[in-house]
Amino acid sequence: MNFHAIRSIYIFEMARTWRTLLQSVVSPVISTALYFVVFGAAIGSHMAAIDGISYGAFIVPGLTMLSLLTQSIANASFAIYFPRFVGTIYEVLSAPVSVWEIVMGYVGAAATKSVILGLIILATAAFFVPLRIDHPVWMLTFLVLTAVTFSLFGFLIGIWADNFEKLQVIPLLVVTPLTFLGGSFYSIDMLPPFWRTVTLFNPVVYLVSGFRWSFYGVSDVGIEISLAMTLVFLACCLTLVYWIFRTGYRLKS
Amino acid sequence: MRAMQPIISIAGISKTYKSGKTALKAIDLDIRKSEIFALLGPNGAGKTTLISIICGLVNPSSGTVRADGHDIVRDYRAARAKIGLVPQELTTDAFETVWSTTSFSRGLFGRPPDAAHIEKLLRALSLWDKKDSQIVTLSGGMKRRVMIAKALSHEPQILFLDEPTAGVDVELRRDMWGLVRDLRAQGVTIILTTHYIEEAEEMADRIGVINNGELIVVEEKRELMRKLGKKQLTLHLQNPLREVPALLAGHGLALSADGQELVYTYDGNRSDTGIPALLADVNRSGLAFNDLRTAQSSLEDIFVDLVRNGR
Repeated sequence: MNFHAIRSIYIFEMARTWRTLLQSVVSPVISTALYFVVFGAAIGSHMAAIDGISYGAFIVPGLTMLSLLTQSIANASFAIYFPRFVGTIYEVLSAPVSVWEIVMGYVGAAATKSVILGLIILATAAFFVPLRIDHPVWMLTFLVLTAVTFSLFGFLIGIWADNFEKLQVIPLLVVTPLTFLGGSFYSIDMLPPFWRTVTLFNPVVYLVSGFRWSFYGVSDVGIEISLAMTLVFLACCLTLVYWIFRTGYRLKS
Repeated sequence: MRAMQPIISIAGISKTYKSGKTALKAIDLDIRKSEIFALLGPNGAGKTTLISIICGLVNPSSGTVRADGHDIVRDYRAARAKIGLVPQELTTDAFETVWSTTSFSRGLFGRPPDAAHIEKLLRALSLWDKKDSQIVTLSGGMKRRVMIAKALSHEPQILFLDEPTAGVDVELRRDMWGLVRDLRAQGVTIILTTHYIEEAEEMADRIGVINNGELIVVEEKRELMRKLGKKQLTLHLQNPLREVPALLAGHGLALSADGQELVYTYDGNRSDTGIPALLADVNRSGLAFNDLRTAQSSLEDIFVDLVRNGR
């Protein structure tokens, strides 16, 4: 195992975060905090509680998950796309490192940033809404697992994309709508039966549901199913990453 | 015997891209330890493809490459750890500092942090004063030095320099030539591609010429110039001629366009160059000349001949 290489990539990527603190951390935290202010403190006080949870508190796991997904994808996709774009990827590809070491470095850094961001967002939320965490270990488990999974997904997007537009297409046109429609702002039990069934095809439902369960002990689907779906998505991403490096897709001629 | 092993051994390497373009056709080549090997060829000849295959950037269609005895595919970790690459393009992380990008490269190639080595390297490349500067603020020549520092950061035994002096000024080019010689003296094997033929003439121990994906010649530089080089004797005439006199027809002379010079091409390696007989015939024909000079063809002339004739 080339630990020095993993460490180098990880430090290199984290250094980029500290260099762009406003964009990487401050901006997403403020954006999400605005939701807490508007939907939690302002509008939320006029809305009925869901499953006995105030509306402001109810949306915290979903909004945190929204930031976690989008930032994990953005961090990891940019981390691998930019070296491809400017040509510095040659160094990584010619180094004595394995696929998994490269992934550990890039995805590890992207996931770390997202987890830090998620924790800051949760801490910020506590200022605006009554927040409690019934299962902190599970909360951290879902946080880390989702950050890693979607950083891997972002890594795949960063390799697939051959221009900046493609880099944005999936996060903006797929992930964000799926998150909004995945029970971030409501319980899917509130939907008519047909749309509830349709919603179950949205993988984000399972992430939000599992994450919300770790806070309040209530969920739209079973915790085991949420965990299983997250692991399935993780396994799919890992398989695709392995295939990309084995074939050199978009990386080697 | 291990000491006799080439440090790079290329056997039957070929590359055909998906587009159908064949970039390399069954290349066989051995690079000796601690030599400076210059790979010459026109644009699109296959130089960069060959280097990219050895460094793991391009997958070969067939064939094998061993670096210091390690197969570059099966034993890629050991093979790649021996190799440093300075690519043709100035591809750098614009917002990183010189120090951090060089340290990053060392770690990437599996070496533990070594501030003393990085400092030594940056001083040797006149980059020490710029160690905390972002790369985006550096000149093109400085960026080229940073690329070299990165390639040398993990102390490779083999260094590939793909057009290392493209776009750099004469002074920096001389500095780099000095650096390359120093590295060779330390035991580093250097493979360079260049468009500056005088660079290869100045530095290389051996020359390989590649054209249309085929290695058309591999030879010691001196031997190549001795074998394929030509010498010419030029007589500057007092009075211009319209044609070569009949008495001199047997010498294969060429008359310059203005009729003022007679050019005699001969093999400098032969003991009988034919010059005494030529001068005697010139004397007999009554031609008067006021100057004569000899010249030997440069590596550039040889290269152009090789590529043009497709040898």
